[in-house]
Amino acid sequence: METHNKPAHFEQQTPSPETVDGPVAGPEGAAEMPDRQDLPVEVEGTPAGQLLVAAPPLPVPGRQRMVWLRTLLKNPKALTGIAIVGLFILVALFAPVIAPGDPTEFVDSPNLPPSAAHLFGTEGQGKDVFRQTVWGAQTSLFIGFVTGFIITLVSTIIGMTAGYFRGRIDDILTLLTNLFLVIPGLPLLIILSAFLAPGTGTIIGALAFTGWAFGARVKRSQTLSLREKDFVAAALVSGESSFKIIFTEILPNMISIIMGSFISSTTYAISASTALAFIGLGNVSEVTWGTNLYWSQNNGAILQGAWWTFVPSGLCVALVAFGLSFINYALDEVTNPRLRAEKDLNKVLKGTAFRKTRTRATPVFRQSQPNSK
Amino acid sequence: MRYILRRLGFYLLAFWAAITLDFFLPRLLPGDPAATILGSGGQLDPSQVQALREALGLTDQPLILQYFTYLTHAIRGDFGISFSNFPVPVITVILTGLWWTLLLGGSSVIISFIIGNLIGIFGSWRRGGAVDSFVPPLLVLVGAFPPFFLGLCAIYLLAFQLHWFPTRHAYEDTLVPGFDPAFFGSVITHMLLPVIVLVLSQLGGWALGMRNTMVSVLAEDYITMAEAKGLTQNRIMFRYAARNAMLPSVTAFGIVLGFVLSGQLLIEQIFSYPGLGFLLISAVQKLDYPLMQGLFLMITFAVLVANFIVDIVYTRLDPRVRAG
Repeated sequence: METHNKPAHFEQQTPSPETVDGPVAGPEGAAEMPDRQDLPVEVEGTPAGQLLVAAPPLPVPGRQRMVWLRTLLKNPKALTGIAIVGLFILVALFAPVIAPGDPTEFVDSPNLPPSAAHLFGTEGQGKDVFRQTVWGAQTSLFIGFVTGFIITLVSTIIGMTAGYFRGRIDDILTLLTNLFLVIPGLPLLIILSAFLAPGTGTIIGALAFTGWAFGARVKRSQTLSLREKDFVAAALVSGESSFKIIFTEILPNMISIIMGSFISSTTYAISASTALAFIGLGNVSEVTWGTNLYWSQNNGAILQGAWWTFVPSGLCVALVAFGLSFINYALDEVTNPRLRAEKDLNKVLKGTAFRKTRTRATPVFRQSQPNSK
Repeated sequence: MRYILRRLGFYLLAFWAAITLDFFLPRLLPGDPAATILGSGGQLDPSQVQALREALGLTDQPLILQYFTYLTHAIRGDFGISFSNFPVPVITVILTGLWWTLLLGGSSVIISFIIGNLIGIFGSWRRGGAVDSFVPPLLVLVGAFPPFFLGLCAIYLLAFQLHWFPTRHAYEDTLVPGFDPAFFGSVITHMLLPVIVLVLSQLGGWALGMRNTMVSVLAEDYITMAEAKGLTQNRIMFRYAARNAMLPSVTAFGIVLGFVLSGQLLIEQIFSYPGLGFLLISAVQKLDYPLMQGLFLMITFAVLVANFIVDIVYTRLDPRVRAG
């Protein structure tokens, strides 16, 4: 067994105001993170029994709340994600320049493999796959971001109202949220879209209707905990109105959660709208990644061996989703104290004779060459 | 016990909400729903028109009476007659698909739950190690693929090009379902590929969720205490840390089931696997509205029952719930 020298505990710097931002739940319903208050960092090893990790200097008051944003923009994961998503946004905006011509035009004989004339080949009806993929980005991303925005707005309003006012209002809204969480989303989405008139508006509405609940729950619990903070009590005592407290005291502390929620709802909207279009519930005359996949399936691409008709659109959806979730993981890393503490400690340890113990999650130091074996 | 009853009440409420939604959906259509549906449905004989009106509960009665008729019918499992399989009742069609969906969904959820949680446990235990640095990003990448696209690629590559797996259906068409080894073997080879695709698409969620919970559980004092007592690493990892970190995973189970089912619907469609998802999507394509509504209720019912089972398991795992 490993020998343990006398451990010395010390608390990491108490959270500075900017860290009040709560953790961001992962898109798959990751467990709620603990409060960031308790952050024991154990150090063991030196003869003196102590290794002091230089606590990061307290940020200058003022624009502290947005410190996480600046940290985020230095995070390699976030930058990768932003680059991927940014690239697709550019492709969507400059579709007429990148792939000039009508994507629904029949340009050549069907099912031609990729070539110089048709970069991604042609699909089962003789349309250019490259044009379809590039133009498909426009509608797909539009649906994604607009729906993401609506879902975020609705879930923030419902979540914050429930969390702030508590009591009867909270009971009703929480019940509603839980109902929507437990009723399976895609089947509901499918029958909604089957009964309502097809169109982009319907899709966005149906996606928002089925997708707001998870975000509302996350925001409710965050609002509940922020509401207990002293600065809210102070605002209450000084006679601020509920409206003002919500917008000037609580909301600014939830920006990172709201941003995370926007990103995950956008991811959800893009994947779900693609799935809907794939089974023919979108507007099939429109060019989106989902309808491209629908036509590919309809024209028997698999049987024909025409992989190039479904791989590009599917890959685009996957890449955008991947980029967005990377931004979210980075956001999680930046706002989650435990994940960040680990990074900070790694930096401190660089070039010293200390290394971490291999097992425990609480960052722990151990001298790699103890004085006695 | 009180906890279980409260949950049961909630699920009953949820089921009622689903039935109500189902009832009002056709009424959201502009004009006379039956006419709108039939207008787009092509040739139908009068008995089918009547069947549709009955299935949608469209009578001359006041709305509230129509609603109660619909409610009692739905509870009895009477969803009317399916158009596309006329004149077979909807419930009969649904029952043919239910077991396949439970088989496919059940096995993929259980397999991915076990593997995903193990990855999460080992990843958090050796943080920064091989498992922790490479597996989660890989799983995130795989998880970003829409499951149905993963399915398309898998079926194209592994079934059509390499002929490793059968391309469609739940068992060999020549076999008659029965309790014999040939049939079971065929069922297993046919579900292999869809299960692999489903497991791959869920794994990342479980692994990351578990890892994140483990990170906070490992920071608890009782872990330090256990280590100070000199307990074996395995014992600390599974009996002390993982056991407690499991709880959020189990709670998430309910929500995840909904997501999994959503992915599974399309996977069934791609593999022509005769479950509820395949039925639902073909019902949509054939404009078989009574079947769609019945399937929605049945899928919701299955998810609610699964959630209820998870709640019962949860009370076994977490004594605090039992006491409260």
